[in-house]
Amino acid sequence: MTLDRKTSLSIFERMLMMRHFEEAVIRLYAEKRFASHYHIYIGQEATGAAVLEALGDKDLICTTHRNHGHIIGRGCDPNRAMAEILGRATGFNGGRSGTLHLCDPSHGFLSTSAVVGGCAGLATGAAYGIKTKREKNVAVGFFGDGALEEGLVIESFNIAALWKLPIVYVCENNASGAWGATQGGYPGATTATDSFTRLPAAYGIHCIKVDGTDINAVHAAAIEAVQRCRAGNGPVFIEAFTLRWPGSSPLWPELATVTDLNEAWDPSLIKGKNADWSRQHDPLLRATRELTAAGHATRNEIMKRDKEARDRIAKACEFAIASPMPDPATVGHHVFA
Amino acid sequence: MRKISYAAAIAEALRFSFLDDPAFSLVGSYVLGLGPERMLMDPIRAEFPDRIYDPPISEAAVVSLGAGAAMAGARPFVDIGTGSFTYVGWSPLVNEAAVARHMSNGTLKVPVVYHILHGLRGGGAAQHSHSPQAMLWNAAGIEIVIPSSPCDVKGLIRSAIKSDNPTMFVNHARLMDIEDDVPEEDYTIPFGKADIKRKGRDVTVIATSYVVHGALAAAQTLTKEGIEAEVIDPRTLVPFDRDTVLQSVGRTGRLVVADETNLSCGIASEISAIVAEHGFKSLKAPIARVARPDIPTPFSYPLEQAITPTTDKICDAVRKIMAWS
Repeated sequence: MTLDRKTSLSIFERMLMMRHFEEAVIRLYAEKRFASHYHIYIGQEATGAAVLEALGDKDLICTTHRNHGHIIGRGCDPNRAMAEILGRATGFNGGRSGTLHLCDPSHGFLSTSAVVGGCAGLATGAAYGIKTKREKNVAVGFFGDGALEEGLVIESFNIAALWKLPIVYVCENNASGAWGATQGGYPGATTATDSFTRLPAAYGIHCIKVDGTDINAVHAAAIEAVQRCRAGNGPVFIEAFTLRWPGSSPLWPELATVTDLNEAWDPSLIKGKNADWSRQHDPLLRATRELTAAGHATRNEIMKRDKEARDRIAKACEFAIASPMPDPATVGHHVFA
Repeated sequence: MRKISYAAAIAEALRFSFLDDPAFSLVGSYVLGLGPERMLMDPIRAEFPDRIYDPPISEAAVVSLGAGAAMAGARPFVDIGTGSFTYVGWSPLVNEAAVARHMSNGTLKVPVVYHILHGLRGGGAAQHSHSPQAMLWNAAGIEIVIPSSPCDVKGLIRSAIKSDNPTMFVNHARLMDIEDDVPEEDYTIPFGKADIKRKGRDVTVIATSYVVHGALAAAQTLTKEGIEAEVIDPRTLVPFDRDTVLQSVGRTGRLVVADETNLSCGIASEISAIVAEHGFKSLKAPIARVARPDIPTPFSYPLEQAITPTTDKICDAVRKIMAWS
């Protein structure tokens, strides 16, 4: 592990919050606490957490429908995020956004676009806003590999490169995993390219491919990207290879067993039909192992943090469930400023 | 007062905006179309070169960029060009810009202005003659501004740029060379205030954009026949000034709505519905719509004229409802 203790533990804590938040979302859905389909971030935590660790308070974020991990990892209030997912008046968006459009502009978390690729254009616009206001901040657009199938995203690459906009595109390729990618593991049924970085690279955008389950590698890539943007060198594209937790393959994930970090040190505890994924691709178990191996934290210290994250998320669930639903009389509010 | 062209009034408003607000920038500087008036933008390009970005031909990304920039606190004026191309940028317009305020529960502002040249321009055929403002009226969350005079366009552009909402600014290529009185100073015209362009006692003619001029010409013809038409320009569709319209119909008892959007679900249809619903008691005759029939715009002049809401068609509609009993 190349990261120092403080940074690696900070990333790890973000990952724990993301994981336990998502496990709670799945549980609340199973309890029929909310309707709608939703998208689970489990398996991609290392990428989101390490990128968010590399950002400053004034940097701007736009993300895609797989957004819960990003808003929690940014440090936005989990109470209000969970309340929003349950459609409550106390949610970040008063019940108007739900899981699909969570945003918290007070933390620079501008938008979740559930139109695939939509966030890339908005983030490019945020970068344009930063540039025209002569600020040194950067904009980050998170999206999945499916976004590379949208024309708007490719158009945005061209504009960002032409105008040297301070934007970091973070493509969380969750289709193949780092190992799969080395085997040319792109989703052949939907893309004719064998490397997504060819697309931004065609416009001269600096591209970094990284193992998205490795917090060291992702953090180093994000720091490099952010520094290039702040220096006025234009956009950067990061492709992070992850493998989405197979339990979330359907739109309505199956009930998850709660992640047991003891599995990191004792693989014989790993059971069930997703066991291969847990052994080979789970970024949280990987980070857990690496933190103790590097001497950054003892097993007890890690388990203490895990409990703190669980307790925090349990409080978020209690807050959300106890919160009132919005008043139908307010439905016409906030159409215009 | 001095007279300047509609295009010159736009250029003045844009220049005032640059001087007034450092967050203002222009994405696409061919706002005045491709006619000779486009030269009026040259001095502005020279004066503010680092705040004008001419984008690639990427309407979807450009519309999205404008929304994202506004979310980040900038105030971009984004030229989409010919109104027909709005459809290329439709998703970021109606799925992002229009809804961000509401779905953020009022925590996000999207102060972007989009600009188009809509309408029947003469030979534009089916892909360069669209008027998407009716469809946009059907997408809640976008202010729609549609002036007809040099004085109005200048003040309404200034209001659009100061507005904290996404605004579609709808101009017409045929308006660009029209000259009229325009104050030299900087001023705004509030949204949601219709303008009575001509007073009249017998019939209310509501018209938008270039058709306002057709309606005023019709009123001149009709006055020789003893019919006094009141011509109203709503100037903004969202917000819409119901009061001025209903009060006028309350005085005249008759309504013709003339507009370039399609007959079905168009601007004329919506305004007719508003008056039928809220002003039924005032009506002495059925409402008449002079709109574009539901036909793709053909190229050839006589075919294009056949679908254009012309002065003659407005006169005929007025005569018909004046004769109704």
